[in-house]
Amino acid sequence: MSNAQQLGVKRWGTWPSIVFVLVFFVMPLAAMIVVSFWVSAYGRLTPAFSLSNYVKFFGTPYLRDSLINSLEVTLLATTLSVVLAYPLAYLIAYWVPPRWQRIVLLLYVLPFWTAYVVRSYSWLLILSDNGILNVALERTGLIDEPLKFAYNRGATVLGFVHFCTMLLTLTIYANLVQINPSYLRAAQDLGASRLNAFLRVTLPLSVPGVAVGFFLSFVIVIGDYITPQVLGGNTEVLVPQAIMLQALRAANIPMATVMSLSLMMIVIVVYLMIGKHLKMDRV
Amino acid sequence: MRRILFAVLPLAYLMIAFAFIYLPVLVLVLFSFQAGDLPVPPFNGPSLRWYEAMFANDRLVRSLINSIVVALGSATAATGLGLLAAYSMAQYTTSRSGGVRFLIMAPMTVSYIIIGMGLMTILYLVGVPKSLLTVAIGHVVVNLPLAFAIIYSQFGDHLKQIDSAARDLGAGDFQTLSRIIVPIMRPAIFAAFCLSATLSWDEYIIALLVSRFEVTLPVMIIEMLRGGLTPIVNAAGTVVFAISMGFVVIAATVLFFGREGNR
Repeated sequence: MSNAQQLGVKRWGTWPSIVFVLVFFVMPLAAMIVVSFWVSAYGRLTPAFSLSNYVKFFGTPYLRDSLINSLEVTLLATTLSVVLAYPLAYLIAYWVPPRWQRIVLLLYVLPFWTAYVVRSYSWLLILSDNGILNVALERTGLIDEPLKFAYNRGATVLGFVHFCTMLLTLTIYANLVQINPSYLRAAQDLGASRLNAFLRVTLPLSVPGVAVGFFLSFVIVIGDYITPQVLGGNTEVLVPQAIMLQALRAANIPMATVMSLSLMMIVIVVYLMIGKHLKMDRV
Repeated sequence: MRRILFAVLPLAYLMIAFAFIYLPVLVLVLFSFQAGDLPVPPFNGPSLRWYEAMFANDRLVRSLINSIVVALGSATAATGLGLLAAYSMAQYTTSRSGGVRFLIMAPMTVSYIIIGMGLMTILYLVGVPKSLLTVAIGHVVVNLPLAFAIIYSQFGDHLKQIDSAARDLGAGDFQTLSRIIVPIMRPAIFAAFCLSATLSWDEYIIALLVSRFEVTLPVMIIEMLRGGLTPIVNAAGTVVFAISMGFVVIAATVLFFGREGNR
């Protein structure tokens, strides 16, 4: 090797990032774990080692319900998104001519990266009592009274399905185009019908793309505050809403950290459950 | 009959999916040009009334400026840190490289709300006041993995050779990085910057949790939603959408289509 100074930047180049992540990501997580055992009384925190916040979280019906609601909504939304996104990704990969695929895919996933803040609000313009959908239905004479499309769980799920579909389309497509086409030809040469070839060759080989998209969607949905807050109305509370209530309104940071940590635990459990299918680098 | 069905069905599905994905945005933009008082049918207009109202609102304009500052600042920091780390990781592999990569990528697997809560907690413990700076730091935390991953993925083997060639010819660390590596890597660096800027520009929950008096535009918009549907939110939302769309289109063009053009 030539000389030592040549290795300068290469040697220390990762250090700024490492220090940054340690200080602003790892330390805050550690702080949350510590504070989750503290006691809060009238907005003041007292250092302690108490399990009372954990007991209260799992013991108070409306807090425990928020956890169940969150799990239900998240599973429903991510599953529906897989069902909608798979055919879309499949069509882009196998029906759209190859030279158009990238641009078509881009069109279908672009809004995923944009307009996060106003996405839910935009759905409100469509779903509310005097929104587009109700006005259209009334004009055509199908209904007399506006239907309650907004401010319920259905609206929340719709909002989630809308953006998860884009994400899943991206990950499933990326997986589909990597499947060697000769596998499919071999199956058909050996007498498999198109449906059979799909079910026994393409579908199993596309599991990693589905798994990665499902996992990323799960992480985003279960931690999202805006969509249920804007579209869900006040019929039910999801965990992120409960966290914000505790953190900002009740000024009960320990309780908020307990709930945040449980969210993290759920994500870790899901990761461990489907981890063997998660080959991030393939997507 | 069956054959016609198989020809039409795919196209129909693609079109319905397209409508589903773009419908909300379309409605948002359309009713930002509403002349009436509500962003719902009937549509009268087009009118720029609500854009004028938006730019006449001092707090809104202020939050817009705050958002721009935070987006540009945090994207610059994330891209800079990511570039240094990617450059170093791509050429200098040690037994700890796997661990380092895992650490840098870790924030990506955690929900934004948890990152926000963590920062809020530690700010409380240390006694540092919340500000736009802490918002920007939060955005660097979520964008660093992204910037690092984008730049790292574009470091090919050919760059290693170019790098050692530059050094053999006498270029120092700083010279090699600024005169050789950065110009070659410009598309990836630019894409990383644009995506980071978009995600910061559009981010809400961290910005809410670690800001205080000075807020960003998304926080302001959601606060205004409390008053119900109003076209001024459509106007502000359209501005947010247009700017982030611009950033993303640039990033996507560079990443998706740039590689062939550059060789």
